[in-house]
Amino acid sequence: MATTDASNIKRLQVERFKPDESPKEHYLNAEKGLWSWLTTVDHKRIGLMYLASIALFFLFGGILALVLRTELLTPARNFIDADVYNQIFTLHGAIMIFFFLVPSVPAALGNFILPLQLGAKDVAFPRLNLASFYIYTLGSIFTLIAIFTGGVDTGWTFYTPYSAETSTNVLMMTLGIFILGFSSILTGVNFIVTIHKMRAPGLTWNKLPLNIWALYATSIIQVLATPVLAITLLLLTMERALGIGIFDPNLGGDPVLYQHFFWFYSHPAVYIMIVPGFGVISEVISTFSRKTIFGYWAIALSSLAIAFIGFLVWGHHMFTAGQSSLANMVFSFLTFLVGIPTGIKIFNWLATMYKGSIDLKSPMLYAMVFLFLFTIGGFTGIMLGALAVDIHLHDTYYVVAHFHYVMMGGMVMAFLAGIHYWWPKMFGKMYSEFWAKIACGIIFIGFNMTFLPQFIMGSQGMPRRYYNYIDQFQPFHQFSTIGSYVLGVGFLIIAAYMIHSLLRGKEAGSNPWGSRALEWQTSSPAPHHNFEHTPVIINGPYDYHKPMSEFQLGIAHSHNGHHEGEHVGAETETASEKA
Amino acid sequence: MNRLIEYMLPPARNSAAGETDALFAFINITSFILLAGITFAILYFAWKYRRKSDNDVTPVITHNSKLEITWSVIPLILVMIVFGWGFTGYMNLSTPPDDAYEIRVVGKSWLWEFHYENGTTSVNEMNVPVNRPVKLVMSSDDVIHSFFVPDFRVKRDVLPNRYSSLWFEASEVGESIIFCTEYCGTQHSNMDAVVNIMPQDEFDEWLEAGDTIDEDMPPAERGEALVTQNGCTACHSADGSDGVGPSFAGLWESERNFSDSESTTADENYIRESILEPNAKIVEGYDGVMPSYQGVVDDQQIDDIIEYLKTLD
Repeated sequence: MATTDASNIKRLQVERFKPDESPKEHYLNAEKGLWSWLTTVDHKRIGLMYLASIALFFLFGGILALVLRTELLTPARNFIDADVYNQIFTLHGAIMIFFFLVPSVPAALGNFILPLQLGAKDVAFPRLNLASFYIYTLGSIFTLIAIFTGGVDTGWTFYTPYSAETSTNVLMMTLGIFILGFSSILTGVNFIVTIHKMRAPGLTWNKLPLNIWALYATSIIQVLATPVLAITLLLLTMERALGIGIFDPNLGGDPVLYQHFFWFYSHPAVYIMIVPGFGVISEVISTFSRKTIFGYWAIALSSLAIAFIGFLVWGHHMFTAGQSSLANMVFSFLTFLVGIPTGIKIFNWLATMYKGSIDLKSPMLYAMVFLFLFTIGGFTGIMLGALAVDIHLHDTYYVVAHFHYVMMGGMVMAFLAGIHYWWPKMFGKMYSEFWAKIACGIIFIGFNMTFLPQFIMGSQGMPRRYYNYIDQFQPFHQFSTIGSYVLGVGFLIIAAYMIHSLLRGKEAGSNPWGSRALEWQTSSPAPHHNFEHTPVIINGPYDYHKPMSEFQLGIAHSHNGHHEGEHVGAETETASEKA
Repeated sequence: MNRLIEYMLPPARNSAAGETDALFAFINITSFILLAGITFAILYFAWKYRRKSDNDVTPVITHNSKLEITWSVIPLILVMIVFGWGFTGYMNLSTPPDDAYEIRVVGKSWLWEFHYENGTTSVNEMNVPVNRPVKLVMSSDDVIHSFFVPDFRVKRDVLPNRYSSLWFEASEVGESIIFCTEYCGTQHSNMDAVVNIMPQDEFDEWLEAGDTIDEDMPPAERGEALVTQNGCTACHSADGSDGVGPSFAGLWESERNFSDSESTTADENYIRESILEPNAKIVEGYDGVMPSYQGVVDDQQIDDIIEYLKTLD
């Protein structure tokens, strides 16, 4: 503990607040009825509403994926037409990316957990937070209208001039995604302000949970990159609706310009999707290894480095599109640079496990699956960053497999780790650990069965977005399809035991994992305003060598801070904070 | 390992393919070694340091500068090797020799056209001489396509507003497939073609003959050959089965109903218009997606095609 210096150190009287192990009142029952949910400004409830929405979209996108895989069982037509197939792969991509991956960890898990980890009562702008959710809903509605009024068959990338010429309902779809972008921007702004202004007393930047650092990096990308997507979609709309030539060569435009605009958002967007996953993994690995995180600053700063360099690598999606060789060289070089901080994280997590006390509970299993699959995703990214090899692999199934390893093997596994980790805090209930492990195993097997063969057929030349294919690829496609069914079964099991947990789960208690992190030092489910006291932080979130009592401190007799500075009662602990 | 790498790649038929394949193998092998190490560490730690009791005390290890510098610098060196290697390979792939034989390639939804120096044209079939650098100068008539020959390890987007090019030197006689790898609509996955790699003298002979279509053939037979050569059969069947476009079977002198509720009889003028301005009249139930063949087929050839259609009842 720091020594006191009268001039700029403020002394706080603190005492230990043990969380209530089975609270009667909490945020779930503080208010009742549908209306209380629809008008709530509680970040925890908004987080759950996002969670329900993205779960629905994940189900929808997942069913579409199974339809695609089923069609691909045979080289020619199996049961749907080419046009339907093209619409389905477009929807699968657009829904999974814009409606599931982008909001999954930041908007759903992040909303729930960020203020809890900061010891705040809520985010900085609770009403704006609710508005973000409704903007997300509005965007979804427009997208659904697009699906039911002609669909879209451009691929989730909306490349011009095809997207300017196709007869499908591109306008409605881009409008939906345009609206959705504002939800993302507002959530980002909200998080940045919350992290800067709402940290509990003592929670200095070097004590921030790594999950917060990850969400901070993500929010910066969201705020800076999403407007570019909005502008791009607006230009596309102007061209389609008003005939203003921007991307269409018939009108004097340049189709490659569209690709630059699109990837200038969409590459950083990849990091919007994966960086929050890094945060979750850091929390999970340290909690279940019950050990100080290795290389705190390396992990925290590498997230920021990825966020920054991530803005400068968009051109690696366009190595075959006709950029100059110089541009290709620069983008290839920067792409390799962004790989380094990612690799550093992997090694840091491994080093955290070293000499830990590792408890293989389901969140930890998912974190280990993440490490394995994401490493493969990373290595295959190096392959695609190598110019000569990318010329061969670009737009083949190799790319499809690569981003599924990163996005699904990385992000979705991190998301599942996060859901299993914070589930007790959300609902105060435990799920069946046995079934959770079974599901994790099935998903691991199903995932690799689905996507490993795609690396091979991609290397052999199988192009992506193909409805028909030549016979030589059939065994790979069939294997991949069977794998996708196994994967589907895994997710159904998760849905089943999660629902069972909601209805009949055992009470979890405030801190089932024995974590030192702040969100576990309040009751489960959390109280309406997160903490019954104002938490005071004197240790880092991963200081497992310090006693639990030091992590449960709050301002003594402060009545939520109204009597701050008064010296009443016995001094139990003393914390000092720079004013 | 070598076997596996060979299995993963299609046959290499381009003189420059070797360098790409070597880099592919290098990255795969290095990645595999590192992945095996990381996986072993995950599993070993999970077993060795499994929780023994709830009171386990773990050491405080916050960082280790030497270790961290090591695991940053070694990967950095490795990726810089990969970067340099990939870039030199790329420069080689994108710099055709001065004496390369030029073929003009036009991509349109959904076929490939090849134009040779002497005016010979072929559709969905490209003939090239073996052991001679060939440079393709490519453009698109409509949306973006991408020209990909897996056996050559080359790929390049084909754009509507500019020329793009690639080159290769086929190293063995044989047949390789061409794919379109930029999504371009309904028939994207059927937009494939064939490269016939042939000895120089055979190629010259083929080029001299113009194409396989013989002036002495009866018009209807010539028409049939033209329909195949121009890729019409990709969308229009000759046996009445449904495709992207209406079947040719029973077309001649039938009553055609159009999507604007007009109708007409399929006579010479209708067929001529359908070839040169395909979107002027769209048969009910189909989309106006056919590219124009203006400048691809001449009047004599249209006559031949009409003669051929007359034979399909």
